[in-house]
Amino acid sequence: MQTLRRHLVWLAVAVLGAFALATVALTRGESVNALWVVTAAVCTYLIAYRYYSLFIADRVLGLDGTRMTPAYRHNDGLDYVPTDRNVLFGHHFAAIAGAGPLVGPVLAAQMGYLPGLLWVLAGVVFAGAVQDFIILFISTRRDGRSLGDLVKQEMGAVPGMIALFGTFMIMIIILAVLALIVVKALAESPWGTFTVAATIPVAVFMGVYLRYIRPGRIGEVSVIGFVLLMAAIFGGQAVSEHPAWAALFTFDGKALTWMLIGYGFVAASLPVWLLLAPRDYLSTFLKIGTIIALALGIVYVMPQLQMPALTQFAQGNGPVWSGSLFPFLFITIACGAVSGFHALISSGTTPKMLDNERNARFIGYGGMLAESFVAVMALVAASCIEPGVYFAMNSPAALVGSTAQQAAQTISGWGFVVTPEMLVQTAKDVGESTILGRAGGAPTLAVGMAHILHQVIGGQAMMAFWYHFAILFEALFILTAVDAGTRAGRFMLQDLLGSFVPALKRTDSLPANLFATALCVAAWGYFLYQGVVDPLGGINTLWPLFGISNQMLAAVALMLGVVVLFRMKRERYAWVAVAPAVWLLACTLTAGWQKIFSPDPKVGFLSHAAKYTEGLAGGVLVAPAKTPEAMARIVFNDRLDAALCTLFIFVVLSVLVYTVRACLAARAAHRPTVHETPYEPMGAAVGAR
Amino acid sequence: MKLAALPETGRYIARSVRQSLRLMVGLPDYDAYLSHMAATHPERAPMSYEAFFRERLEARYGAGKGRCC
Repeated sequence: MQTLRRHLVWLAVAVLGAFALATVALTRGESVNALWVVTAAVCTYLIAYRYYSLFIADRVLGLDGTRMTPAYRHNDGLDYVPTDRNVLFGHHFAAIAGAGPLVGPVLAAQMGYLPGLLWVLAGVVFAGAVQDFIILFISTRRDGRSLGDLVKQEMGAVPGMIALFGTFMIMIIILAVLALIVVKALAESPWGTFTVAATIPVAVFMGVYLRYIRPGRIGEVSVIGFVLLMAAIFGGQAVSEHPAWAALFTFDGKALTWMLIGYGFVAASLPVWLLLAPRDYLSTFLKIGTIIALALGIVYVMPQLQMPALTQFAQGNGPVWSGSLFPFLFITIACGAVSGFHALISSGTTPKMLDNERNARFIGYGGMLAESFVAVMALVAASCIEPGVYFAMNSPAALVGSTAQQAAQTISGWGFVVTPEMLVQTAKDVGESTILGRAGGAPTLAVGMAHILHQVIGGQAMMAFWYHFAILFEALFILTAVDAGTRAGRFMLQDLLGSFVPALKRTDSLPANLFATALCVAAWGYFLYQGVVDPLGGINTLWPLFGISNQMLAAVALMLGVVVLFRMKRERYAWVAVAPAVWLLACTLTAGWQKIFSPDPKVGFLSHAAKYTEGLAGGVLVAPAKTPEAMARIVFNDRLDAALCTLFIFVVLSVLVYTVRACLAARAAHRPTVHETPYEPMGAAVGAR
Repeated sequence: MKLAALPETGRYIARSVRQSLRLMVGLPDYDAYLSHMAATHPERAPMSYEAFFRERLEARYGAGKGRCC
C-alpha cells in the first residue's frame, strides 16, 4: 500500500504526459497550443528522471554515496572544490547549453514539429542524458580525467589518439558552422552588425574595468555591460535608420567572413582578460536570462503552433536540408537530444566539483534534461511563426528565388500559403530590409522569440527590438565560442604538431602561438568561406557534417561507457549504453555513407562533384556556378567534404573495433578489470570540511 | 516548511544563485578557498581576492593547468 501511494503521483504525471503527447501527435488539421508540447516534454522528463535515471544510478552504475569524490581527495579550493549540487547544476547547465540546441530543432522544423519533438524527447531520455551521466560517473571515479585520457586508459593509446584527433576535427567544423550562423544573421543587416560590433568595445571596457579599476567585481561590471548592450541595440536602430551610417554597417556575406576570420585571429591572440573573459560573462548571463525569459514567455503567451505536425518534406527533399528522415533528422538535431560535445564537459570541470557521487544523477542526467527543454522551446519558437515565413527565411535563393514575389509564389506552390506582402511586412516588423535566405536557425529563432516576447513586453513597437536582442544574444555566445574554440584548437594543434616540430610545442613562444592560431583560424575559415559562397546556403553542407561528427563523438563516449560497464563486470546492464550507441552508429554511419555515395546530387558529395566534372569536361556551365573556376572549386570542396566524412567514419569504426576487443577481454577476465581510483570512504574528509 | 525557516531558505537560495552565476564563468567560491587554505595550509598566506580572481581567469582560458598539493 505504501509503495502504491508513493508511485501514485508519478502515475498521474505519466497519464498527463501521455495525454499531452497524444494531443500533440494526433491532432490534425487544427493548430495545437504550445503548452501541450511543453507539458508533454516536462512530464516525460519527470518520469524519466524519477525512474530511468534512478535505475541507472542504483542498478547499472551502482553509485556509492560513501565513496570519496575527487573534489574532497584533491581539494585545493580552486579546481577541485566540493560544491553544493544546486550550484554545480547551474555551472554544468551553462557549460553544456550553447547554440546547438537552439539551431538544430529550428532546422528540423521543415519536417513539421512532430518528428523533431519525438526525437528530442526519446533521444534525451535514452541517449543524451545517459551519455552525460555515465561519462560524469566514469570521470568522477578517475580523478576527473578528460575524455581523451579516459579512452586511452580504458581502451588503449591508439584509440585515445584517434579520439583526440577526431575531437579536433569536430571542433574545426563546429567553429565554421557557428561562424556561418553569425554571417547569415548579419549579412545586409546594419542594425545587427552594429550591435554585434559594439560588443567588442563594450567587452574591452569591461575587461579594463575588471583588471584595473575594480578588480574582480564581476556582478557590477556585468550590470554595466548589460546596460551598454541594451544601448547598443537602440544605437543599432538609429544606425539602420540613418542612410549614411547604415551604408557603413551593411556588408555582404563574404566581407563578414573575412572580418570574422580576422576577428578570430586577433581575439585568440589577445590576453584573455581583455576580450574573451568579459564577453564570456555577458554571453553566459544573457544566455541564462534569455532561456528563462523564453520559458516564461511561452507559458504566459501560450502561442499556437502554425507549422503542421508533419510536412511533405518528412519524405526527404526539403529545401532547408536534403535527405530523408532516417538518418538525417537524427543528425540534424544533435544537441538537445544527444551531443558528443557534452562528454568533454562531463569529463572536464564538473567531476572535479561533485560533492557526492550520488549527485552525478542530478547533475549529469538532470542537466541534460534541462538542455533538452531548451531544444523544445526552440522548436516551439520556430513552429509558432507562419510556415510560409519559415520556409522563406530558410530556403536558399537557388530554390525559391531572391525576391519576395518569387519566394512567395514558390512557397505557396508547396502548400504553405504566403503573400509577398507578408514577407515584406515581417522584414519591416523586425527592422530588416529582407528576411529571405537567412538560413542557419538564428534569425528564424529570433523571429519566433520576437513573436512570443513582444506579446509580453512592448507590443508591436518592440518586435524589432526583441528580434535584434535575440540575434545579439546568439551572436554573442557564438563569438565567445569561436574565440575560446580557436584557443583550445590552438593548444591541441601545438600539442599534436609538437610531436614532430618540438619548437611549436612551446605555448610561451609568441611565434609558435601565432603560427598555430593562424593555422587553426585558416582551417575553420576555409570551411566558413566555402559555406558562405555555397549557392545552396552552406548550412545544407556544413550542418550535416557537424551533426555526423558530433553524434559520432557521442557514440565514442557511449562505447567508452560500454567498455567500462563490461570491465566493472556489469555487462548484464550494458544495454543501457549499448542501445543508444548502436542507434547512433546506425544513424551516423548511414548518414556518412549517404553523404559520400548517394546518387542524389543534393545529398551525396561525390555525385554532386560528378555533376560539375561532367559539366567541366563538356564545357557547359552548371548553374548556379557562373564560371569554370567556380565549378572547379565546387568539385574540390565536394571531394574535401567527402574525405572528411570518410575520416569521421574511419575514426568511429576503429573505436568500435577497440571497444569490441576490450569488451571481449573484460568478459574473459574473472574479476573487474576497471581502472578506478581505489575506494576511500567519504567520512573523514567530510567531517574535516 | 515552518514559517520561521523562510528567511533561512531565502538566504540559501540567494547564496546558491550567486555562487552558481559566478561558477558559470569559472570563479569558484572565495570563502571556500579561504577556509580550505586555513584548514590545510595554515602556514601559507592565501591569495587576496584580486589575485584569486586573476589566477582563476588564467586557469579557465589559459593553457597548462596548475595543481595543488
